[in-house]
Amino acid sequence: MIVYVTKRLVIGLVTLLLASVVVFGVLEILPGDPARIMLGMNAGPDALEALRQEMGLNQPAPVRFFQWLAGLVTGDLGRSYTYSSPVIDLVQERLVVSLPLALISLFLSTAIAIPVGVFAASRSGKLSDTLTMGTAQIGIALPNFWLALLLVYVFAVGLRVLPAGGFPGWADPVEAIKSLILPSISLALPQAAILARVTRSAMVETLGEDFIRTARAKGLPRRKVLWRHALRNAMIPVLTILGLQFSFLLAGTIIIENVFYLPGLGRLIFQAINQRDLIVVEGVVMLLVASLILINLAVDICYAIVDPRLRIGR
Amino acid sequence: MKSLVTVFSAAAVTLASASFAFSARTDLVIGVVLEPPHLDPTASAAGAIDEILYANVFEGLTRIGPNGEVLPGLAESWEVTEDGKVYTFKLRQGVKYHDGSDFDAEDVKFSLDRARAADSVNAQKALFAAIDTVEAVDPQTVKVTLKQPQGSFLYNMGWGDAVIVAPESAEGNKEKPIGTGPFRFERWAKGASVTLAKNPDYWGDAVALDKAEFRFIPDAAAALPAILSGDVQAFPSFPAGDALAPIKADPRFSVVIGATEGETILAMNNAKAPFDNIKVRQAISHALDREEIILGATDGLGVPIGSHFSPANEAYEDLTGTYPHDVDKAKALLAEAGFADGFSATIKLPPPPYARISGEIITSQLAEIGIKLEIVPMEWAQWLEQVFTNKDFDLTIIAHTEPNDIDIYGREGYYFGYNNPEFKAVMAELDQSSDPAVRNELYRKAQRIIADDAVNGFLFQLPKIGVWDAKLTGLWENSPLQANDLTKVRWTD
Repeated sequence: MIVYVTKRLVIGLVTLLLASVVVFGVLEILPGDPARIMLGMNAGPDALEALRQEMGLNQPAPVRFFQWLAGLVTGDLGRSYTYSSPVIDLVQERLVVSLPLALISLFLSTAIAIPVGVFAASRSGKLSDTLTMGTAQIGIALPNFWLALLLVYVFAVGLRVLPAGGFPGWADPVEAIKSLILPSISLALPQAAILARVTRSAMVETLGEDFIRTARAKGLPRRKVLWRHALRNAMIPVLTILGLQFSFLLAGTIIIENVFYLPGLGRLIFQAINQRDLIVVEGVVMLLVASLILINLAVDICYAIVDPRLRIGR
Repeated sequence: MKSLVTVFSAAAVTLASASFAFSARTDLVIGVVLEPPHLDPTASAAGAIDEILYANVFEGLTRIGPNGEVLPGLAESWEVTEDGKVYTFKLRQGVKYHDGSDFDAEDVKFSLDRARAADSVNAQKALFAAIDTVEAVDPQTVKVTLKQPQGSFLYNMGWGDAVIVAPESAEGNKEKPIGTGPFRFERWAKGASVTLAKNPDYWGDAVALDKAEFRFIPDAAAALPAILSGDVQAFPSFPAGDALAPIKADPRFSVVIGATEGETILAMNNAKAPFDNIKVRQAISHALDREEIILGATDGLGVPIGSHFSPANEAYEDLTGTYPHDVDKAKALLAEAGFADGFSATIKLPPPPYARISGEIITSQLAEIGIKLEIVPMEWAQWLEQVFTNKDFDLTIIAHTEPNDIDIYGREGYYFGYNNPEFKAVMAELDQSSDPAVRNELYRKAQRIIADDAVNGFLFQLPKIGVWDAKLTGLWENSPLQANDLTKVRWTD
């Protein structure tokens, strides 16, 4: 187990280093001068030069890359060009919105998808299975921003029970949760639809295997076979999709946070790209890469937990 | 039981009368599309900064009124010498910054000197270029000497980029702006909103609002539900012009269409063939059908222009008839220029919807005279670099939102590459004169020159679509500069 985890960690670090080169390189060739974007169409060359000097953009790219990398290693992500505050502070301010949003969505989608998937698999081929999976198909086809607007018109404009957008801050937890309800549903439903289908097909496959018949034959109740024996064995593909979905959720927040004007990481990165606040883009992307590597690691460890064969095998 | 009822009804009466006495609201949530990068109006071109802070938190020597007029600001009066070179400003007494420090002539000297210094990052440094010296005569008097007379000097001092800041707090203004205005800065929840609160120590008339929150709503599709749900009570520059119908139909809201300083033009690369040929430019101008473009891009709300000048300005001259829509004449001119079969070119479009939609309509209009355009959509940063800075373009569409900016046509190396000594002479003359009648005549002359030269395709003045709660009054109808002056805003109820 320890060898297994260490190996995964080393691979993760190498990925991180490669990602830093790619991220920096791509942003370097992106057209657009941050100073010009800040000072606009009327600014003269001397003001532009003064600002570039102030932001440290006058140094050659390799020098800036190694300075940035050195900063990363010591946990310093640099200072934002536009906000002129440390990137790490910006990220922290935004994480208190994005992390709860992603976690609530993940919880919602799992809580909906797994029971629905198991239910459909247990009724495989029957009308109720066709109906639930048909509904899931529609769910997959729904773009989340469209679903978001639909929810806003029903619950904010029509019923006036939830805010149309914005985030009041955690000082008032009730209002804060209320403002996250619609965004997390918009994020969760399409994901739940995918997950439900994956759960169903994994379950159908598992349910056809010999050990299920054996379990039933030795007199175990149907419910117990379904939830304890079959689901556990069907978990590997479900976990894989769940891991992938977490990264989708992080990406999905870019769109959903714009629709609901939530001050999250997605909005931060979107604004930063438009304003060519490259140091912020680089920092946030690196953090996302790091968190994805950690999630994959967690998924790998979960595999080992649900499937004891993997613990010794590698 | 009876006594309990009495108590309740007494309480109910008290509550009712209390709420009656304080019925007018004093808080306001205003929707704005863009979040400012920081909160120092003297260090960025971002209009989003002025939209929140101008006239509310920061004030200049002069201020621009709702119709673009110059009004006294921190200077209560001024005198100009005969030769138009020396301005003596008499400053208001008893003005305090929000941090409690006093405002005096030294602050004015500091602010103006800082804006024009060699290492200044002021986005509109040109506003201060004419200044030779600034002298604090006494705490209440400032003398500004110009290198040469400048007719627009008082107007320039009213820009958001020319507001007066204090030496003690200037460096911190990006995060915590400290000005002299009727509102003080309270909180900036990054990515979400900026909140201002009433300044109880304001020198002038007290404002009616106690609290004003500017909420950032970047997505045009989200603006409509934000207003309809009542979350946001005012959207002074509503981004979804095509979604006005449900608001107009609802008596809870006012829809107010005003003018901006945004001349929307089909800019042509005058330095590049074939657009260096006036016949080609004239042909394009004849091929444009403004009505159709305005209907498509602004829902019919834009005002047609025939030159680079705002119809709201008193020196405006209607030149929309210079090159009327005439496809046959356009084809003839194109043939004269040697392009009887037309030619191919690109049109690079920045992100705003007015540019993207106008671009599509113009592409089909120019196709009628044989000019085949390839549409290249661009991100804002890309546009600034390729089109504006490197001048690598054939055609583009952009609204020039700076007020009174016809002088860009005389600027050396400006992106559309126009070079006409006659126009430059008019601009130089304009710089030297401060007599309003002479200036207006010169402005009219300038408008005619660029209209006749068909420098660009002059399309329309970008409308300002204001949407707010019908019970609100005092918001600006027009936007002579990008600002949301809240000093006169109140709830009527």
